[in-house]
Formats: sequence, C-alpha cells, structure tokens
Amino acid sequence: MRQRDTWLVLVVLAIGLLALPFMTDALLGRGWVRILDFTLLYIMLALGLNIVVGYAGLLDLGYIAFFAVGAYCYALLGSPQLGLHFPFWVILPLSALLACLFGVLLGAPTLRLRGDYLAIVTLGFGEIIRIFLNNLNSPINITNGPQGIGMIDPIHLGSFSLGSTHELFGLTLPPVHLHYYLFLFFTLLVIFVSLRLEGSRIGRAWMAIREDEIAAKAMGINTRNIKLLAFAMGATFGGLAGGLFAGFQGFVSPESFGLAESITVLCMVVLGGMGNISGVLLGCLLLVVLPEVLRHGSGPAQQLLFGRSFVDPESLRMLLFGLALIVVMLWRPAGLWPSRQHRSELTAKDNLTKSSRDDRT
Amino acid sequence: MDTFFQQIINGLVQGSVYAMVALGYTMVYGILGLINFAHGEVVMVGAMVALSVIQLSISYGLPPILALLIGLMVSIAACMALGYSIERVAYRPLRKAPRLAPLITAIGVSMVLQTLAMIIWGREYHAFPSLLPNGSHVLFGAIITEVQILIILVALAMMGGLLLLVHRTRLGRAMRAVAEDPSIATLMGVNTNSVISTTFMLGSGLAATAGVMISANYGIAHYYMGSVLGLKAFTAAVLGGIGNMYGAMVGGLLLGLIESLGAGYIGDLSGGFLGSHYQDVFSFFVLISVLIFRPSGLLGERVAERS
Repeated sequence: MRQRDTWLVLVVLAIGLLALPFMTDALLGRGWVRILDFTLLYIMLALGLNIVVGYAGLLDLGYIAFFAVGAYCYALLGSPQLGLHFPFWVILPLSALLACLFGVLLGAPTLRLRGDYLAIVTLGFGEIIRIFLNNLNSPINITNGPQGIGMIDPIHLGSFSLGSTHELFGLTLPPVHLHYYLFLFFTLLVIFVSLRLEGSRIGRAWMAIREDEIAAKAMGINTRNIKLLAFAMGATFGGLAGGLFAGFQGFVSPESFGLAESITVLCMVVLGGMGNISGVLLGCLLLVVLPEVLRHGSGPAQQLLFGRSFVDPESLRMLLFGLALIVVMLWRPAGLWPSRQHRSELTAKDNLTKSSRDDRT
Repeated sequence: MDTFFQQIINGLVQGSVYAMVALGYTMVYGILGLINFAHGEVVMVGAMVALSVIQLSISYGLPPILALLIGLMVSIAACMALGYSIERVAYRPLRKAPRLAPLITAIGVSMVLQTLAMIIWGREYHAFPSLLPNGSHVLFGAIITEVQILIILVALAMMGGLLLLVHRTRLGRAMRAVAEDPSIATLMGVNTNSVISTTFMLGSGLAATAGVMISANYGIAHYYMGSVLGLKAFTAAVLGGIGNMYGAMVGGLLLGLIESLGAGYIGDLSGGFLGSHYQDVFSFFVLISVLIFRPSGLLGERVAERS
C-alpha cells in the first residue's frame, strides 16, 4: 500500500513536470517558459553551491566564476569565435571538467586554511575571472572582451537541433520547451547525485567537517581532500550549468557573471535551507519568481505609496537579497526549510563545537 | 628611471590608503577572529558622505579647506555610527553561532550598503572636487602632488596615533586583553562589548579617512569602489599577518608598491601581451601566494590554520 502511494506520487509528479511547459505556455505565455528554463539552471547552480556551503560548510563567494568558466568553454568550442564547432556531447563534459579543474586549482592552496580565507579568495577569484574575460581580447582576441561571444551553436543531440521548432507525436515543441526537457534531465541528474551523496560516506564526512573539523580529523577523515572534493564537485555542477546556459542563450558576456549573481545563488541556498535539497529547490523557486513580481509590481506599488518611482526593480532585488541574508541568519539560521540535522547544529546554543571557536590562543 | 620613482611614489600613496583600511580588518580580526567583509563598503560610504557634505558646504560658500575638513569630520562620524550599527546588528547576535553565520550576514550587509549607495548616489562616477592647492613637486625626476604628500602625512599621523592608543592608553590595554582572551578579560572587569564596539568604530573612522583620501587622489567616487578596495586591503592585512597591526601597515605599503610597480612594468615584462588593466589581478596573486607559502603573513606569529 505504502509503496503504491509513493509510486502514485512519483507518476503524478512526472506527468506534472512533463506537462509544465505546456501549461505555463498556455496560462502565462512563452516568456514564462523561458523563466522556467532559467529556474532549472539556477537549481543546478544552487545544488552545486549547496554541496560546498550546505554540506561541507565552506563559504564560496565567487561561485558564479565556475558557471562563467563552463559557459565560456562552451562558447569558445562551439561558435565562430575560434572557428571551432565541437558536438554537444564533447563540449558539455569539457565545460564541467574545466570548471572542476579551476575548482581544484583554487581550492588546493586555500582549503588548508580556515574557511574565512576561502570566502575572500573565492570572492577575489570571481572578480579576477571577470577581469580576464573582459580583457582577453587583445593582443590575441580570445574572449572578445566586453562585447562577449555571440552566435554560439544551438545544442544538438546528434542531428536533432534544440534551436528550432519540432513536431513530435502531434505536439509542437518550440526551442524553449525542448531546452526545458534537456535541463529537466540534467536537473534531475544533479538532484539524484546530490541525494546519493548526502547519505554516502563522503556526504557524511562533509557534514562531519562542517560541524567540527578537528573532531572529523580525529575520526580519520582526510579533511583536506574531502573538502577539496566538495569544492571540485560544486565547481563541476557550476560548469555543467554554465555550458547549458551558453548553449541555451546563444550569447555570453562578462557582465552575466558578476558578484551579484554569486550572491543570488548563495541567497537561494541560504534562504531555502543550507544542506537540504528540498529547501534549496524552494529557495530557487522563491528567488526566481520574486524578481519577476518586482519587475511588474514594484513600479506601480511605489507610485501608489510615494507618488513616484524611487528604486528600479533590479536595485530593489539586490537590496532584498542582502536583507534576506541578514534576516535569515539572525532569526532562522537553518533556512525556511531546514534539514533536520543541520537545524540542530545551527540553533544549538551550547553545544561542544563552540568551544573550539573560543579557544583562540 | 623616472617611471620607477613615479611608480614608487604612486605605490606609497596607494599603499598608505591600503594600510589604513587593512588596520580596520586586522583590529577586528585580532579581537573577534572575524573577517569583517563589510569593511570595504564602509570606505565607500565614507567617500560618498564626504562628497555630499563637501558639495553642500561649497554651495553655501565655505572656503575649500574648511569644506574638506567638515566633510572629513562628518564622514568619520557617519562611518563610526555605521561601524557600530553593523557590529550591533550583524555580528553581536551571532558571536556564539557557527563561523559561517557572521560571514553570511557580512555579505548581506555589504550588499545592502552597496545597493543603498547606488540608490542614493546613483550609478554614475562622481567627480570629487579638488579642494587643495594643486601644486606639485619634482622628486628624483618624478612628480608628487601636494595632495599625495598630505595623504602620506595624514596616514602616518593616524597610524601613529592608533599605535599610541593601543599601546599607551587604558582603552588600548583593554583591547589587547580582549584580543588575548575575551572571557578572561571580562573576568578582569573589562567591558568586552564596549571594547568591541569601540574597535569597530576606530576601524570605521580610519576607513572613512581612507575613503576620502582615495577619492581626493583619483578625483572620483563611485558606489562600487568599496569591494575591490576592501579585497585589496584584506590582502594587505594577510600579507602582513592578520591580527598584527604593524603587519597591516607594512603589508599595505608593500602591496601598494607591488601593485604600482607591477602595473608600471607588466607591459614590458610580458612583451606587451598584458596591459596595466590587469593591475587588480596582482593583489589576488599576492594573496594566493601568501596563503600557499606563508599563511601567517610576514609578521604573523602563529599559523592561521584553525577550523
């Protein structure tokens, strides 16, 4: 009986997810299907960051840099920019791998040290990647500088192009729908990997490190390697999402990869609940929908209240994200939908791990 | 050779600004073991407030020097209040929380400050009025402006004053006691909370001054100027050995020199492949190298490895 219920829920969920773009298209319009695609990309990003911040407790403030590495890798290998046109199944793994490599290169020197250093080094790394992307157009034009790279090949699966409308089983599938299904596949993959990692030996090692690194070390965990693994894994997911983003968008430029984007993804993880997959999904949904609401609602609301518009929706969004980070940390440190384990850790006032914080001698 | 001396002078000026901001990081770190991420934004707020006050006082017809002094004073006061509030709102409630929590609120605070500044002062670059005599001197074939001389002198004076404060006064002794061990200091009758607040206020006052200096030197102020500056000042603090005040000063000056010499010669060294717009990259490589080879910094006593 129990098992049949679970199956029933899964089947309903699957049908719902498959029908979602059509329903969205019919009810809200094509633009919202695009937003749906971006939500899936953000979910992949946030789940990647969740491994680093949520599981292993390491603050990565330049996470979007890995997204950028993935996106530019895809853009360079599949556009007229360098004249290369590799197939999708070659570029995407390469994007993920390259991001992973950057993660290891950045993590190796910093992960030996305290978490605070990692935070500031990743912050710097995010800025540096952007500076390089902005300036590597001379003397040899690699990234095309601030103009970005355009005309990126649409994603091809064999001879099936996601860049044009297809007729399948009597259904009309425009590109946004096709990308939705592709992204859905990868999102489910990322969720599956996250779920399996969570309960695995590695996942438990990450959480042990998050709660007390010294104790974890005493239990025989190779803390440096395990932390490096978390960092590389998060970077890989970021690179994967980046590659998909480049193929979907057809255009990448350095300004998509600013600090604000890193903060947005961090906000999704923190608001929803660090270390909890359902929480992260909730955070993504909230923070993708909120800017859309702001875009349509903030202007008229300000008109109504003050008689004129003071703040553009984009600034308002960043302001609210910043406030959300503060408020959540102060009053609900484990997020809106916390994982059981993490909640006990983040709310306990007198547990033993605190002593290791105070013995600065 | 002229370029060399010119870059040395530029580096010293830039370095004294870094040193003053780095002191703010290092003092807070020494006392709380916390990196105050929002510190760079305090510098920006300092510059912006000073800019507005100066524009206002000039429109009332005050003489430039007086306008600058008033602007500086108001911005120091505003930043001290800001530093106090940041500590009170974002750090104090989380003093016993896991390490990740204050880091995240700090990011939140800097985001809020940056966005608010953008809303108040707009996205454009503001011209910072030049209020001081525009004279310059020639030194070893390089040009040094009077503003730059003043910056170096004020920075030296403020850092000297801070050292006196920390090593010669009762408050300084309390600060050092709290840095040593907060709970023992409390037992000895030190009001730990007020010492911590004072530390934040001192750091913010220095940051405000640094903000005014850097805007006066470059003649511009911008809502985004704080984050990169903060990152570099933090690098300076790590380079000198975080938690060590002399380290912050040495690290700041050294980083300023590395950066300006690097930017001056990177074109020649790389055969024209890399240009001076990679200037910001230097401090990052300095940071990474220090973390790899000498994590405790140049003057740091202990290795910073702790979870």
